[in-house]
Amino acid sequence: MATDLPVLTANDFASDQDVRWCPGCGDYSILAQMKKILPTLGVPPDQTVFISGIGCSSRFPYYVNTYGLHSIHGRAPAFATGLKMTRPDLSVWVITGDGDALSIGGNHFIHLMRRNVDLNIVLFNNSIYGLTKGQYSPTSPQGKVTKSTPMGSLDFPLNPISMALAAEATFVARSVDTNIKHLGEILIRAAQHRGTSFVEVYQNCNVFNDGAWDYAKDKAVREQNTVELEHGKPLLFAGGKKGIRLNGFEPEVVEMDGRISQDDLLFHDEKTSSPALAYMLSRLRYPDFPEPIGVFRRVERPTYDYQVNQQVEQAREQRGAGNLQKLITSGDTWTVT
Amino acid sequence: MSSSSTSSQRSDFISSGKPRESVNGVTVRLVGDSGDGMQLLGTQLTNVSALSGNDVATFPDFPAEIRAPRGTRAGVSGYQVHFASEEIYTPGDGLDALVAMNPAALVTNLGDLKRSGLLILNSDSFEAKDLKLAKLDQDPRQTGRLKDYRVIEVAMTTLTRGAVEGTGLSVKDADQCKNFFAMGLVFWLYGRDYEPTLRFIESKFKHLPAVAEANRRALTAGWNYGETTEDFVSTYQVAPARLPPGTYKNVMGNQALAWGLMAAAELSGKELFIGAYPITPASDVLHELSRYKHYGVRTFQAEDEIAAVCSAIGTAFGGGMGVTVSSGPGIALKAEGMGLAVMLELPMLILNIQRGGPSTGLPTKTEQADLLMAMFGRNGEAPMPILAARSPADCFDTAIEAWRIATKLMTPVMVLSDGYIANGAEPWRIPDLASLPKIEIRHPEAGTGAEPFKPYLRNENLSRPWAVPGTPGLMHRIGGLEKEDGTGNISYDPQNHQHMVNTRAQKVENAAKFIEPVQVVGDDSGLLVLSWGGTYGACYTATAQARAQGKRVGHAHLRWLNPFPANLGDVLRQYDRVLIPELNTGQLRLLINGRYQVGAVGLNKVQGKPFTVTELVEEIVRLA
Repeated sequence: MATDLPVLTANDFASDQDVRWCPGCGDYSILAQMKKILPTLGVPPDQTVFISGIGCSSRFPYYVNTYGLHSIHGRAPAFATGLKMTRPDLSVWVITGDGDALSIGGNHFIHLMRRNVDLNIVLFNNSIYGLTKGQYSPTSPQGKVTKSTPMGSLDFPLNPISMALAAEATFVARSVDTNIKHLGEILIRAAQHRGTSFVEVYQNCNVFNDGAWDYAKDKAVREQNTVELEHGKPLLFAGGKKGIRLNGFEPEVVEMDGRISQDDLLFHDEKTSSPALAYMLSRLRYPDFPEPIGVFRRVERPTYDYQVNQQVEQAREQRGAGNLQKLITSGDTWTVT
Repeated sequence: MSSSSTSSQRSDFISSGKPRESVNGVTVRLVGDSGDGMQLLGTQLTNVSALSGNDVATFPDFPAEIRAPRGTRAGVSGYQVHFASEEIYTPGDGLDALVAMNPAALVTNLGDLKRSGLLILNSDSFEAKDLKLAKLDQDPRQTGRLKDYRVIEVAMTTLTRGAVEGTGLSVKDADQCKNFFAMGLVFWLYGRDYEPTLRFIESKFKHLPAVAEANRRALTAGWNYGETTEDFVSTYQVAPARLPPGTYKNVMGNQALAWGLMAAAELSGKELFIGAYPITPASDVLHELSRYKHYGVRTFQAEDEIAAVCSAIGTAFGGGMGVTVSSGPGIALKAEGMGLAVMLELPMLILNIQRGGPSTGLPTKTEQADLLMAMFGRNGEAPMPILAARSPADCFDTAIEAWRIATKLMTPVMVLSDGYIANGAEPWRIPDLASLPKIEIRHPEAGTGAEPFKPYLRNENLSRPWAVPGTPGLMHRIGGLEKEDGTGNISYDPQNHQHMVNTRAQKVENAAKFIEPVQVVGDDSGLLVLSWGGTYGACYTATAQARAQGKRVGHAHLRWLNPFPANLGDVLRQYDRVLIPELNTGQLRLLINGRYQVGAVGLNKVQGKPFTVTELVEEIVRLA
């Protein structure tokens, strides 16, 4: 049957709406990659649903010609969970931002992961509130001076990858808006994973927080400041000139100057049952370390929507399909004539 | 009447040795510590009374604490049962009999016992320490405080221990059986068949045979005690009520609501999804539904109230029957989600089992104080249809009607119940589901995709199409931003916003075309008693009693609070005065006077308790 399917292109996933992000916004790049990979997934637009919360990133569903729900602030995971429980056949994407997912929606974010609902969640992290014009966000660094923090913010920042891991996510990855090849590959891998796939994307807000991720984006320095995670491979970066190895439980950067062999380095294993390695990697932050991009963790666990429907099937097998008339007439009754 | 196959009722099941006194109805209240099993005792008395053909109405009343300190006034739990040989609508005002398991229970309930009423006490629990826990300086049995009542003291603890001796239970466990002893005694007193309770014990304790045996023995010992002791001069007989023909069963409000939702799902060819977060007194709806997965019911215990409503909206977007259930504090949290549902114009149900407020308020007590929140508790102009159940059994029909309107008009609908209805029980004439009208739902079929689909194109009722993801050619995006009518595209156009606000309001008003006109029982002039929700029974009964005293008074009950039935204005204007009794400070009155300007007056009570018929009759007689 697969051969009968029409070949889809990015245009099949483009809606007729004008895109209204600020010129130069990193969201454009993510949208372009998404439209590029969607036709490759084998899921037609009518089987695909994008659900978002509130914020710049959450306008995303309007710009893809699939089913879409632009919901309320922070709650997209809850809408998506209800939808998947009753419609496990649909392919669901949740689009969110750092404020939407980690601040107002923090609760839903963690419960989505622990349940392992089979959907993909993409967090556009620009470390700022853009739509409300520039307040600090849960991922802004301490001391960030914004409209609401003239003397610098006091809040210690949250680490989205660490949070996802702590919330028992089964697929955790990071990419960068303008690193389009890498981003496209990560989105495809997220889509292929069964369970909640979490992808953090470093996204530049050129109006309110321009340059926040330059160290990871700028072609001149990004090789120095990021390390690409590859399953089963050593952690090498800076064009292979540097690596990361473990010193006890502490990671350290080493020069690959001939005295250290690749075998001495830390090897990435995205499938290890303990999340400890992935968590340790999530703590590598610039400027002390290169920041990992790629898949931190990818493990199998039965999905929530599958299990919910499995219980329905199981109950029907064990007890037969319910007969409501029988139910309401069961137990102690009496008849008046 | 005849008994059904599942009831092994024997019509000769009466005590043999004592004279029987026939009475039309009896109100009994059973009170004890919250760990004494009074709720169980009450539900069993309710069940066997219903099975014997009486009409019944109940009022469980318990503290919010799971185990308040033993023996204290704060820990008193009670269950009132009214059973009668005629149709009744309330759990009764004054008590004919009070069974009190300890001094705290006695002194906190004695005021409701009628003069010469029967007072049965567990005499084993009047030690000095029991009196101290109840904050009593003196034993009330010795102060003359009980002289107006027929007091019967029974050493229930001692007798129960004796009865269960040899079952291997510890003294502590044996004492847990004394509610069954009390039950046996009460059953004997009112000629109730204890067979159904024996079956209940059998099934409830099937994995604890020793406990089952002890409870059986305690129950029969209580019965035999009544038969043997000289204390009781007579027993009472309440003949079967002349209810309309049919097969009946006893239902509680939350159970009937759950079954009504399942029936609505079946009638509309949908599978039911309910998202909920545990909250008193709504959790039982979730519990009940979670047992019916083989009916295709999916229950979701969400991480919070907001996720609960949002998951139901997600289901609705996917074409399923989405429902969320909560009580006042939870409904407050759902407000933004409900506003989105109004904006999305998706059908779903929000069930509010009201309790005493504000804030945490009185979680286990009843109140009707969320009506204005149901009407206005959302940002912006966000109207939704609202209807309220009037009694436990009525919850079934209310759920079906709510879903019928929700799907017809593509709108969220709010259903109001309350703690009194939720936990109360009454006989329910079991409907023939095949005879209920189907709920027709038409989802648009696949399109060509040549033209963008228009999700906000409306029909004659202003309702929009329910296009479901997975349908080729109907891809569309909807959200909380204001939309252009027809296309559903985001629109900030001033005229469009005006049009959409008006349209959403008119759509809700259109529900009046599909709902029953309000009916009046009683006189068509004079005083009108207008009620809504759980006060129905008390208002109905009080109106009848006032008319029996020669007053000109009619009673109208509103199932629909938004919109009001189309004939309501005409009905109101027929009367010289309108009285609106409510368990709040006048919320329906505000709406009625605002809309119809009839100068309605209120009778308002916020004590966590339902109206007594007596207090309503007094007010009606004063005004009529």
